[in-house]
Amino acid sequence: MTSVLQAQALGKRYGKRWALRECTVDIPAGHVVGLVGPNGAGKTTLLKLAGGQLEPTTGDITVLGGRPGSTPAQLARVGFVAQDTPLYAALTVAEHLRLGARLNPRWDAALARERSGQLGLDPSHRAGKLSGGERAQLALTLGLAKRPELLIMDEPVASLDPLARREFLHRLTEATAEHKLSVVLSSHLVSDLEKVCDYLIVLVDSRVRVAGEVDRLLATHHRLTGSLHAFDRFPFDQRVISVSHTDQQSTVVVRTGSPIHDPAWTVSRLSLEDLVLAYMDKSTENRRAHLEVQR
Amino acid sequence: MTWLTWRQFRGSATMMAAVLVILTVVLALTGPDLASRYAAGLVGCTPDDTCDRFFDRFFDEHQLPFVAVSFVVLALPALVGLFWGAPLITRELEAGTHLLVWNQSITRGRWLAVKLGLIGLAAMAASCVCGLTVTWWSDPLDKSAVPDLALMAPLVFGARGIAPMGYAAFAFVLGVAVGMLVRRTLPAMALTLAVFVAIQFAMPQLVRPHLMPPVTATFELSQVNMGGIHVAEQGGPVQISTKLAVPGHAGSWVLSSDLLDSSGRTIAGSGEEAPVPVSVTSGPCSPQEAGPHGLDACWLEINRLGYRQQATYQPLERFWPFQWIETGIYALLTLGLTWFSFWWIRRRLS
Repeated sequence: MTSVLQAQALGKRYGKRWALRECTVDIPAGHVVGLVGPNGAGKTTLLKLAGGQLEPTTGDITVLGGRPGSTPAQLARVGFVAQDTPLYAALTVAEHLRLGARLNPRWDAALARERSGQLGLDPSHRAGKLSGGERAQLALTLGLAKRPELLIMDEPVASLDPLARREFLHRLTEATAEHKLSVVLSSHLVSDLEKVCDYLIVLVDSRVRVAGEVDRLLATHHRLTGSLHAFDRFPFDQRVISVSHTDQQSTVVVRTGSPIHDPAWTVSRLSLEDLVLAYMDKSTENRRAHLEVQR
Repeated sequence: MTWLTWRQFRGSATMMAAVLVILTVVLALTGPDLASRYAAGLVGCTPDDTCDRFFDRFFDEHQLPFVAVSFVVLALPALVGLFWGAPLITRELEAGTHLLVWNQSITRGRWLAVKLGLIGLAAMAASCVCGLTVTWWSDPLDKSAVPDLALMAPLVFGARGIAPMGYAAFAFVLGVAVGMLVRRTLPAMALTLAVFVAIQFAMPQLVRPHLMPPVTATFELSQVNMGGIHVAEQGGPVQISTKLAVPGHAGSWVLSSDLLDSSGRTIAGSGEEAPVPVSVTSGPCSPQEAGPHGLDACWLEINRLGYRQQATYQPLERFWPFQWIETGIYALLTLGLTWFSFWWIRRRLS
């Protein structure tokens, strides 16, 4: 399997503050990859490093086998839609498409025309007057018509209302299927990613907590519910992701490839959101350490 | 990239072009008339040797437009730095559009190169046109200006010839570099203006006098270089002072003017007074003796006593060499800042 993005011990420091630290990640090609994590986890920094907007402080990053942003050819292979989908407020829709045509050798004018037509964007409209949804769609059109091999999007739907959000993600799914490109998009909302992504990476504190195909992740993660008493007899060969206790019972999220037949525990499947939240749970590290001590 | 740069710049370019066209038309219409009046006046004053008085009157009549057009040439580079240079990058950073344009298939070095090249050339062309038109128009006035506003004098020198072109290029790149460092438009504009004005004041103070070693020469005292003759109300010796002007070298930039006594000793520096042993109640320096030529007889008397002016100055003949040298200095500063801008945009800016 080829990689679209490989990072090795990647770090970025602003002054004394590390925005990303010791990040190692390998994103396979041919997926719509959701990069999810809490605010400040380093998602934007990682994506900007991948787009060549930033230079790493430490470590290495390769995107489609090349150094990000180093040459016009490399830039042409990677599309990047930045957070809040910035556009030139004074330029019209048509002028934005002209900008794309002028600055990209692989520009697909037919695609740009067709898409903006479908979206009902008036070519003479200034970008500053567009709605948030229209802006995002225009930015996506610019990114797609560039005909990149990899399209990176940083929180593309964060500022959109639910309807525009659904519309945007729907169009994105269509386009990725049609043009067979790899996509990496970040969000702090799993519900957004659930609709479009078939691969998920959870980034917490610069570290990849889990990465894999969504179907596989859902098949191998389980929630076990049992009495507090049962917790003492927990099947410790399982990989524990998160543990929580109430007065009555314990809930444990585990990752395992094999079925669990312990009658003391009720096994249920996780939603993608529950799965991500289990990995984001900051107290888990401590819990797990605690568990180790108990053993 | 040229298209995008032009698309973003065309508003400012049109405004600048409109202002320049108006200025050029006004100067082109009034220039020939000004020149012919100067020529006519010169013909009239030469036979009876009253040209000094003609110059005074002629310059006095046109002093306001003279100062106004000179100010336009001086202000243009500052405005270019302020409104073209400083916002060039900060506007993109503030709107986030740098992330849009830097992700097209074009390196940010190339992006900056086109922007700096196109707008920098426009800035240079604008101030070159402005500077040379004003130089042509004000030629009769520069020939008749008072010493303080002589062609080589600090304020006027920078508003003539090709130096404004160097100033504009420098101010523009300065604005861009400051904008990259400060990253916000308004503070960048303020800082650009402050730095540019400081450099424009420092240049004639600290650097320009030394571009070539100034000429030092001794002159007889006359109406041209004498500041005044003065007696304290309660009596005492007669005091005289020199002024920053030298006879026979109109248009020069006089850096210092000292008063020497008969033994060659300096008795008063620039702007200072020194006593001389003449009487103002009788003899050539008394009011009764002052004829149609004012105090000329008095100056003759003081010259006879051995008093002289010793001045250091940059003569008018050095106008064009100085223009080239100064433009060259600003060109080097511009290149340095340009190099810095490219380095910074590749390494540090995101």
